[in-house]
Amino acid sequence: MFEIFSYGDAGWGDEILRGLAITVQLAIVTLPVGLLIGFLAAFASLSEFRPLRALGFGYTTVMRGLPEILTLFVVYNGVGLLLNLTLRWWKPDAPPTDFSPFVAGVIALGMVFGAFAGEVLRGAFQSLDKGQVEAGRAIGMTDRQIFLRIQLPQLWRFALPGLGNLWINMLKDTALVSVIALDDLMRMTKVAVGVTKQPFTFYLLACLIYWAMCVLSEVVLARMEHRANRGIRRA
Amino acid sequence: MNPLEILIEYWPRLLDGTLMTLKLTILGALIAGLVSPSLALIRVHAAPMAQAPLRLYVSFMRGTPILAQLFLIFYGSGQFRPTLEEWGLWTFFRDPFNCALLAFALNSTAYQTEILRGGIMGVPQGEIEAAKAIGMSRPKILRRVVFPHAYRIAWPALGNEVILLMKASALASVVTVFDVMGRTRQIFSRTFDFSVYLWAALVYLCITAAFVLLWRQAERRLSRHIHAPGMPRASAQPFKESQA
Repeated sequence: MFEIFSYGDAGWGDEILRGLAITVQLAIVTLPVGLLIGFLAAFASLSEFRPLRALGFGYTTVMRGLPEILTLFVVYNGVGLLLNLTLRWWKPDAPPTDFSPFVAGVIALGMVFGAFAGEVLRGAFQSLDKGQVEAGRAIGMTDRQIFLRIQLPQLWRFALPGLGNLWINMLKDTALVSVIALDDLMRMTKVAVGVTKQPFTFYLLACLIYWAMCVLSEVVLARMEHRANRGIRRA
Repeated sequence: MNPLEILIEYWPRLLDGTLMTLKLTILGALIAGLVSPSLALIRVHAAPMAQAPLRLYVSFMRGTPILAQLFLIFYGSGQFRPTLEEWGLWTFFRDPFNCALLAFALNSTAYQTEILRGGIMGVPQGEIEAAKAIGMSRPKILRRVVFPHAYRIAWPALGNEVILLMKASALASVVTVFDVMGRTRQIFSRTFDFSVYLWAALVYLCITAAFVLLWRQAERRLSRHIHAPGMPRASAQPFKESQA
């Protein structure tokens, strides 16, 4: 019965694992991109400069209100069109190119992650103790030093629970890229279903793999939170 | 074509898709809303062993992509076709709308149960003791004391969940349900005009905005006794952490 999951020609074990590798790669590459966008969004919405603040607010609000799959299609088709337009303007006789679904996935998921992370980081920034910044200034630290030595280490502590949730959401959202033909876990499952005609078995397997990844993430995140809070007295 | 021409030509389709999105979201949220109170009570009061299956269910629903859940139901049901036909359930599972609705309702039930559990646990013990002291029966305490207060606590989080469900309903387009996303993809595949995606984005944002306003109105109604004239404001919101 378990032959269909075996590694090799007879089973689908290796194909599914290859899909899983793509899913994990996608999530890991998206994380820094999303965090960067998140930091930019947070700084924008905390800025003293009004238009920048409006931009940050607009970005996080709009992005959080759109379905992730819509964002994915906008990026995949939109950037694809733009790319070809630029290409034709550059070289009129160039053949149309396909936009890489992996890159589209990273950009779209990163944009969604960034919008939510912007709010998490803004909240974390605002819960920092202002007295500590003043204390830093009083002993003559530069703004850069204050940010790196006082604010950033504590930002981590406040933002970690929120960012952890976002990581888990993003991990699940990677399943969407199967719709734009990236060979991730979900799509390889679909391929296996097409051949074996056992949809329930294979989709259940995919669900169990995602579930295991989420539970594992939760365990790791709980440890990281514990570590981030070391030295903090419990009220 | 310019963006306006697209809208003029295809607005009936987009409107049709909007109605489908609303139908999926509202029905899904309502079904989950009907089931979750009793499940939340189990999560609060039942013995740990009795809770185990429920915990597993919630964890599974929260730990797997909704797309995978949808495929598990829609495509997965095909594996049991003979049995389902025998039980007369195949006509239900053959329809992508039914499968999408079932998936969203199951998913939202898990989230709503957890949110409501938090609400029920947030009801102060003193209120329940007071209700017991004046001789209310258990069902009456639930109906008149616990749930009204629990819903007031859980209301904002429930609103967030409905918005998440509305966004997730766009996944139904993958199994050929023609909601906003489904119509949009259909129009795009015909015109290759990018602006249709922007119209779709606008539709989703309008739905979210309208919903947020409605939900806030409802919240104000749920807590109208708190803002009633003559009530002391300081003691009115005992659940907001004071910013000392």
